[in-house]
Amino acid sequence: MSTTEESIMAPEHASAQGKGGSVAYFIDDRLASANFTKRLLDKVFPDHWSFMLGEIALYSFIVLLLSGTYLTLWFNPSMTEVIYNGSYVPLKGVKMSEAFSSTLTISFDVRGGLLIRQIHHWAALFFVAAVSVHLLRVFFTGAFRKPREINWVIGTLLLVLALLEGFSGYSLPDDLLSGTGLRIAQGIIQAIPLVGTYVSMFLFGGEFPGTSIMPRLYSIHILLIPGILLALITVHLIMVFYQKHTQFPGPGRTESNVVGFRLFPIYMAKAGGFFFVVFGITVLIAAFVTINPIWLYGPYTPSQVTAGSQPDWYIGFLDGAVRLMPNLETSLLGHTISWNIIVPALVVPGIMFTALGLYPWIEAWATGDKREHHLLDRPRNAPTRTGLGVMALTFYMILQVAGGNDVIAAAFNLSINSMTWTFRFLLFALPPVAFVITKRICLGLQRRDNDKLLHGYETGRVLRLPSGEFLEIHEPIGEVERAKILAKPDVIPMELPASVDANGVRNPKAAKSVMRAKLSQWFYSDVIPTPTDEELQEAANHAQHELHAAQSHIKEIASH
Amino acid sequence: MNELEHPTSEPYGSKEGKDLVSGITIFPMEPHVPRKSDIDPKAARRAERQVATMFATSSLMIILFVVAYVKIPNTTLITIPVIGTVNANHLATGFAFGMAILLIGIGAIHWAKKLMPDVEVTQERHALTSREEERQEVASSFQRGKAESGFAERKIIRRSLLGALALFPVPLIVLLRDLGPLPGTRLRETIWEKGMHLVTDATYRKIKASDVPLGGLINAVPENLLEIEHEEENLNQRGKASIIVVRMDPADIVSQQGENWDYQGILAFSKICTHLGCPTSLYQQRSHHLLCPCHQSTFDLSDSGNVVFGPAARRMPQLAITVDSEGYLIAQSGFDQPVGPSFWERG
Ligand code: HEM
Ligand code: FES
Repeated sequence: MSTTEESIMAPEHASAQGKGGSVAYFIDDRLASANFTKRLLDKVFPDHWSFMLGEIALYSFIVLLLSGTYLTLWFNPSMTEVIYNGSYVPLKGVKMSEAFSSTLTISFDVRGGLLIRQIHHWAALFFVAAVSVHLLRVFFTGAFRKPREINWVIGTLLLVLALLEGFSGYSLPDDLLSGTGLRIAQGIIQAIPLVGTYVSMFLFGGEFPGTSIMPRLYSIHILLIPGILLALITVHLIMVFYQKHTQFPGPGRTESNVVGFRLFPIYMAKAGGFFFVVFGITVLIAAFVTINPIWLYGPYTPSQVTAGSQPDWYIGFLDGAVRLMPNLETSLLGHTISWNIIVPALVVPGIMFTALGLYPWIEAWATGDKREHHLLDRPRNAPTRTGLGVMALTFYMILQVAGGNDVIAAAFNLSINSMTWTFRFLLFALPPVAFVITKRICLGLQRRDNDKLLHGYETGRVLRLPSGEFLEIHEPIGEVERAKILAKPDVIPMELPASVDANGVRNPKAAKSVMRAKLSQWFYSDVIPTPTDEELQEAANHAQHELHAAQSHIKEIASH
Repeated sequence: MNELEHPTSEPYGSKEGKDLVSGITIFPMEPHVPRKSDIDPKAARRAERQVATMFATSSLMIILFVVAYVKIPNTTLITIPVIGTVNANHLATGFAFGMAILLIGIGAIHWAKKLMPDVEVTQERHALTSREEERQEVASSFQRGKAESGFAERKIIRRSLLGALALFPVPLIVLLRDLGPLPGTRLRETIWEKGMHLVTDATYRKIKASDVPLGGLINAVPENLLEIEHEEENLNQRGKASIIVVRMDPADIVSQQGENWDYQGILAFSKICTHLGCPTSLYQQRSHHLLCPCHQSTFDLSDSGNVVFGPAARRMPQLAITVDSEGYLIAQSGFDQPVGPSFWERG
């Protein structure tokens, strides 16, 4: 057989490889994709439970798209007034918008409709929660460092969009609870200096509530934001894929490799299976735990309100900020500036999200670290970053808790007045304390790591020496743990520049670089060095002796 | 007594090498520990059966779902401890569907964990920066394009193009103009006016002064709201014109926003919170405090509606009232200031 004949025969060989082979050939004949596909199938993903957080966000998003599409089949985003005549008896004959009545229809007259609504709402809560916790994992492990800063920024955008998406969806049923939330949002928009009243009039098509807002929110909620989310998530994932995932330090893990499982079949089975797990759990929770029972709240009217009204959890921090802000307002040349509104509702979140998005550059600037990082930091090994993160988280949590101050006050019979003052105080006092404590804990953990390296771990077995002394037996730690601990990267704070150069001329840039160097030294302050080779060796010898002593002692006992 | 023996011949922390990039110590991969299902064919078969059972049960659950969907009427309610009274169709279909999905997931993961190889694989990372020559080439391609286009030299073209591009989005913004009316004086006005009857919020009944009990609170709206009962404007006006009417011992009134704006201890205030517009709802008759449920702003109605607590910056606007010849409450005039949340032009 000549070679030409062989190449003509090639497609036949394909069928010999089974179905998968022929599909691959079909596609490759049109896209020349074999090279890419092979790399795709063989691609290695590191395994760690915390890497599943981003996956949960992704899968919840898919569940949202699916369940949301079903909801659009019955939901009617109109504010036309109707008299309800469906099967939910307590509201029969009540005036309400079509948006509200179609939500009742979905809940009571469409079979499985309530299930879809509950799936959608639960998935939304999980989505925002997963995005937030995923962000924390990326932050505390330093995964945002070069070269992954772009993905961090995309992530920040995704978080903001997720909040907006959640809020716009929450408002759609036009029930008393969400309508109150929308009223507050309108009040905030109206308070924006200069353009507030115009933006509000344009957005609502006139005064609040008007009849335009629901259809407008609807297209924002089902088209605009999901479209942007989908596009950004796609880019986010392509970047993770292209840059390869980071990995935790451990045996065989270096800055220049990836250790884990191949996409096909293991990662695919695990990640694919995990999608079904997330989806399945969402459906089960939706079946068993009622969320947002709008029929109990009733339709929205601007003159009614439910007591103790609370937004969905992810808006809680804004609510808290608004509650804690002192009631400042200034009148200037016939204009009103409502500090009590724009500071907590616009300035504070604006600063929070900007700082979040810029953090990779802030840290790189402060540390002077411009290297690429593919090995993750264990949070304890970056005490200053971990401290800053916990500090920010504490600030956020206080706002979140303050958002429920009335509920807490009622539950514990406290005065709202003193609670508010307490929270105001804590908002500034607690974060620095959290920073210091966290940093201490990190350093303590590092010391314990060093201890483990030098003296092994405590077995809990105690020997009584002839002298009457007690000796706890230490065992050397395992290879994996040793590798993990010793992978602590060396930190190199920037050096203080000389204020005069070699020729004795004052360096005009010195002041600035001194500041930066100081910042870098602060960031890397309290370094706990890993034991040197010599120290490790010495400790090993010492352990050897101890062991022999113990052994001979045991032999002694045995011989008696 | 060999219990304490272990291979200490290898000193602690022996270094296998240094990572060239980070300088950190690297260790060889830990040896693979085979799983039970790797060495024991029985264990492997057991795992196989488990996975297949999960997948098969999933199919059964789908059948259960269809049966429940068709057979259980959507109106059947059942009471279950902890969960309460729920729609049986919802519960059964949700349970079956959820389990069906979950079992596929758990089955697949179990399969991967027990039966697919669990040896970790090492792959090299590729460089994320291009070679220097390639970067140079990009730069020179760009320079070539720039030169060919003449973008730098042809100043008139460049400037006029930049101008055109800067103006191009203008229509996109102008086109939004008809989203809504200009604010005008809308936020300053309510439909209250002189002589207008106060009527109850839900039933539009006129309120007789003698019917307002001491310590009581009545939610009220202007009578002419009934005229626009079924119009879009109704909710908009309701959002501004809603008031609360309270009666207190005239001796308790410390101050009012205007002289004789009460009628024998009956006071009328806007119901719309001056903070962000929630309808205030809780009135403590002993302290005369009105509380907004949204952010707990508290207004003292016996003292001009002043803010005593919370984030609201302005007192609750008071509506001056009196009675008509038959003793029904009427407004002395409209509000003398805008109600509801602040805005830039409010002054
Ligand atoms: C819509 C929301 C989001 C989705 C669906 C999503 C999805 C994912 C997935 C599936 C991964 C890979 C697995 C993992 O590391 O967990 C990932 C990685 C990453 N995400 Fe997200 N994410 C979202 C939001 C965010 C946010 C809010 C941030 C931070 C501000 C962020 C920053 C990152 C970074 C830097 C990586 C690379 C991590 C690494 O390689 O270690 N993402 N994302
Ligand atoms: S809206 Fe009343 S306190 Fe905020």
